[in-house]
Parts: sequence; structure tokens; C-alpha cells
Amino acid sequence: MKNNEQLLNGELTDDLFEIAGRRAEDSEKIQRPPLSAFKDSWIRLRKNKGAIVSLIILVLILILAIFGPYMNEYKYYETDYSAAYQPPSSEHWLGTDKFGRDQWTRIWEGTRISLYIAVLAAFLDLLIGVTYGAVSALIGGKVDNAMQRVIEILVGIPNLIIIILLIMLMKPGILTITIAMVITGWVNMARLVRAQIFKLKEQEFVLASRSLGSTNKRLILHHLIPNTMGLIVINMMFTIPSAIFTEAFLSFIGLGLQEPLASLGVLINDGFQGMRNHFYLLLYPAIVIVGIMVSFNILADGLRDALDPKMRK
Amino acid sequence: MKKYFIIRVINILITLFIIATATFFLMKQLPGSPFDEEKLSNLSEEQRMEFYARYGLDKPLSQQYVLYMKNLVQGDLGESFYFKGQDVSTLIKNRIGPSALLGVQAVLLGFTIGIILGIVAAFRHNTMWDFSAMIVAVLGVSIPNFVFAALLQYYVGLKLGILPVAFWESYSSSIMPTIALSLMVIALIARFTRNEMLEVLQQDYMLTAKAKGVPPFKIIYKHAIRNALIPVITILGPIVVSLLTGSLVIENIFGVPGIGSLFVDSIKVNDYTTIMGLTLFYSAFFVLTMLIIDLLYGVIDPRIRISGAKE
Repeated sequence: MKNNEQLLNGELTDDLFEIAGRRAEDSEKIQRPPLSAFKDSWIRLRKNKGAIVSLIILVLILILAIFGPYMNEYKYYETDYSAAYQPPSSEHWLGTDKFGRDQWTRIWEGTRISLYIAVLAAFLDLLIGVTYGAVSALIGGKVDNAMQRVIEILVGIPNLIIIILLIMLMKPGILTITIAMVITGWVNMARLVRAQIFKLKEQEFVLASRSLGSTNKRLILHHLIPNTMGLIVINMMFTIPSAIFTEAFLSFIGLGLQEPLASLGVLINDGFQGMRNHFYLLLYPAIVIVGIMVSFNILADGLRDALDPKMRK
Repeated sequence: MKKYFIIRVINILITLFIIATATFFLMKQLPGSPFDEEKLSNLSEEQRMEFYARYGLDKPLSQQYVLYMKNLVQGDLGESFYFKGQDVSTLIKNRIGPSALLGVQAVLLGFTIGIILGIVAAFRHNTMWDFSAMIVAVLGVSIPNFVFAALLQYYVGLKLGILPVAFWESYSSSIMPTIALSLMVIALIARFTRNEMLEVLQQDYMLTAKAKGVPPFKIIYKHAIRNALIPVITILGPIVVSLLTGSLVIENIFGVPGIGSLFVDSIKVNDYTTIMGLTLFYSAFFVLTMLIIDLLYGVIDPRIRISGAKE
């Protein structure tokens, strides 16, 4: 009642007022949980139906590659001449090849090779490509110059030529393909990372951070790496299908894995030889490799859109 | 520009020299020989020496290398180990025709269909047209060329039986390999054209052209397509690579007597000189194309020319 009296008297004192809504501490409060760059990209990727379907297909293929060969009692090298060229049946789910080997087991064994190549390509990109590019850009000067000469030579030679020469020198097989990829697989990534870091080094926020006293370590860990991450992931996702293709391609022309080992390239070559009468031998491995390649490419496209909205068209 | 050109040419020569040297020493390290070892051991010592001398294999390695390089500069790639009495250069010359025909046809077909798909997709942005064109583009990039070629041969060659299978007889034999080879080109060009067109369509000069009453067809032809296609050079590199790799496997599948199938066959029979010759041939072709692409790039896009001059 005292308040009303005061009002009637026309006196206005501080205790008449109270804060209605806006408070200093509230206006600065973070309302939503902070979104890391990763979460933000994931939200964007989730909206891309094609990418999610691709991801599911790839996970399914991965599961089948891991467990597929154990789902029946046949081994991929097990021949049975009395059961050669069996069409798909309940006994042999995807039929048998010219030696009576179970095609289901062989296809998933071959898929394992493709997935191994995928992991290897990604790993090499990260380990050699990123390091090489980053070192070259960060040190700069003469070291950069020398490192770039090496890259120029490697870029000048078609990859396939290097791989074929190496395969001639060594026995064709998974080890040779691995070494060939160690030599050729990382060059693109190294160039991209170097260019990106060079660009970043010149930018104002790096200068600002440096003038605020950041150490080199902090600059690299907190500014350069996070800003290069998107590029690295995108490029890695495009390297993977091309590595899978290269292995299958070499195996198809007989320079990759050799019988009785199964790679999708070997299986497709077998299927191609016998497609006139036994089309299923060509069809199923073809479906699997196309599935893998298409999924990786669509997922890579989706990731590019999610990680780098500027590139969205 | 001139300085840049000279540096590039020197780089190319160094690259080719390294490839030639590496190939030579690799071949010398190789296990296996192109000769029939059994028959060779039946010969007397003298006969065998004579045999080696014929291929220059009796001299020390360093002399063989110098001789090889000397011949190479004169364009002599040596005599094939497998096709007796034939020069590798002649072999390549005889078999380059079909490969070149396929390559040129694939590029023409790929550009035509790719550009049409890209334009349709851009003008009908976010419709079924756009959607279908981009499915074609993704499939074209993803499907391995040998899988596509094998399926094409099965469905069109065997099932429909309208085109010849695995024989190089008449012009119709080149149709299927051309289609198989052009798949990647179509995909790359279609996606590229679409993206560039979408960019160009938003430019102010398109609005200006429309405002001053230029007929729609002319806008598309004169302003949109021309400007959208200038940067096409940026994807010529991947296209060349896809044609080179494609030629190896597609010529084999369709039985085309070109250099791609020659390469694969010579690897299978350890025909060292032919492998060396073709390796060099492919490499030289590759680096020269890349040089031309880079030069074109500078000529067409003035921004690159200026930034190049500054450096």
C-alpha cells in the first residue's frame, strides 16, 4: 500500500521498478547447446537423402563383406568340379563358377579386397598426403621448393604407368598394388592441403591470432587444421572410389590379384569370359562393385555439400 | 608466358628422361624373359651369344643404356621381342589408328550428349529433367568402364545382336567401344555444363540481354552457353586420363587392334621393348596434352594470365 501512496504523491523511487525481462546475464547466455563444426555438417548431411541411403548401402555391404563368407560352408578357393557352373540355387546362393567355387563366398571375399583398398587409400591420403602438404606449406622456402619438384615429377607421369611398371617388377598381387598406391595415391591430397594452408597463412585471422601471441602449435592445431579438415575429408572421399576402381581395373586386365584369390575385378573378368552362357557370373559382382562405387560417389558429393556450403550448387 | 612455356617444356623433358631411364632399368631387373628358355639352352654357346648380340644384350648395362637413349632421341624404340623383326615404332604406328578413331569419336559423342544434358538440367533446374541428368552423371562417373563395356556387349551385342561383338571389321565395330569410352566424358561434361550454366544464368548480363529484347534462343546460345563453356578446359585433364585408361581395357573387351590392347598384350607376354616404347608413348602423350591444356587455360582465362605474369 505504501507504493500506491507514493504513486499518488507523485514520488518515483527506484524500489518502484523491477526488471521485467532483459537481464544482462541472460542476454549473453548461450541458449542452445553449442554446435561443433562436425555436428553442424552432420545435420546438413542428414537432410541429404541420397547420401544417407548411400551410407546405409555401404554399411550393409561392409557387414556382408565381414560375415558373408561365413554364411555358408564353402571357402572361396574350394573347388568342386561336379558342381561347376551351377546357376543360383538354395545350395549355392549366387551359383558357382567354372571350377565349382561358390560365387557368394567369392563375391564377399572380393568385396573385402575392395574395402581394404578403400581403407588403405584413405589412410595414405591422411598419413602421407596431409603431412607432406602441410610440411611443405608450413616450412616453405627451399624445402617447399624441393618437395614441390618431387610432386611435379610424380604428377607428370600417368599413375597407371607407374603402377603397371611396378607390377611388372614385382609379383602381381595385393602387396604390389599397396606399394603402387603408396607411391601414387597421396599426391593430389598433398597439393590441395599445401595450397589451402598457404591460403590460410595469409589470412587476417591467423595474423590476429599470431599478434595475440599464439604459438605455432596453437596456430596449427586451432586454426590451420580445423580450416583444412573439410577439404581433407572431401578429397579423401573422392580418392576412395578411384582407388577401388584402380584395383578392380588392374585385376580385370590380369595385373592385379591372381586366381584363386577373389577380387571384384577378377570375378568380373571371369564373368565376362563366361557371360554368353552364364550371365549371372558377370551380373552379381558387377552389381556389387557398381553399388560400392555409386554409394561412395554420392556420399562424397553429399559430404562436400555438407562440409562446404559455398560449393553447393 | 614465354618464360612459363620454356620452364614447362624443360620440366616435360626431365620427366620423360626420368621415365625412360626408370623404364629401362626396371625392364633389366625383370624376372622372366621373352625368349623360350628351353630352346635357348639347346643352342650352342656361340649361337646363343649371337642371339643375344642381335638384341644388343651382350654388352654391359651402361652401354645398352646409352645405345637405348641414343636410339630413343631418334625416335627408334627398338625391335619388338615378341613380334619378331618388327620395330616398336612401326607397331605403334600401325595400331594407333583404331585408338585415335575411338578417342576422337568418344570425345565428340561425350561432348555433344554431355552438353545437351547439362543445358537441359540447368534450364529445368530442380525438375525431373535435372534429376535424371544428374543420375546419368553420377552413374557415368561411378560405373567402372570395364563393367559398362561388358554389360553393353552382353545386352547390345549378344542379346539384341545389332552390333558386331569383338571383331574389328567395319565402321559399326567402333560404335560400342566408342559408347563405352564416352560414358565418363558424358558424365563429366554434363555435370560441369550444368553447374556452370546455373552460375551464368544468375549473371546480370543475362537479365540485360532479356531486358533489351534478345530472343530466348539467342540468349541461350550467345550468352549462356558460350560463357558457361569457357572453363571446360579445367576438366579436360581428367577426361584425357579416363580416355587413356579406358583404351587399355575397352580395346581388350571389344577386340580393337589399337595401342591399348597392344600394351596389355605385351605385358602378358613380357615383350619388354614394346612395353618400354608404349610406356614412353603414353607418357609423352599425357604430358604434352597437359601442357596444351595449361597453355589454353592461360589464353582463354585472362585472370590466370595476369596472376601468372605477376609471379
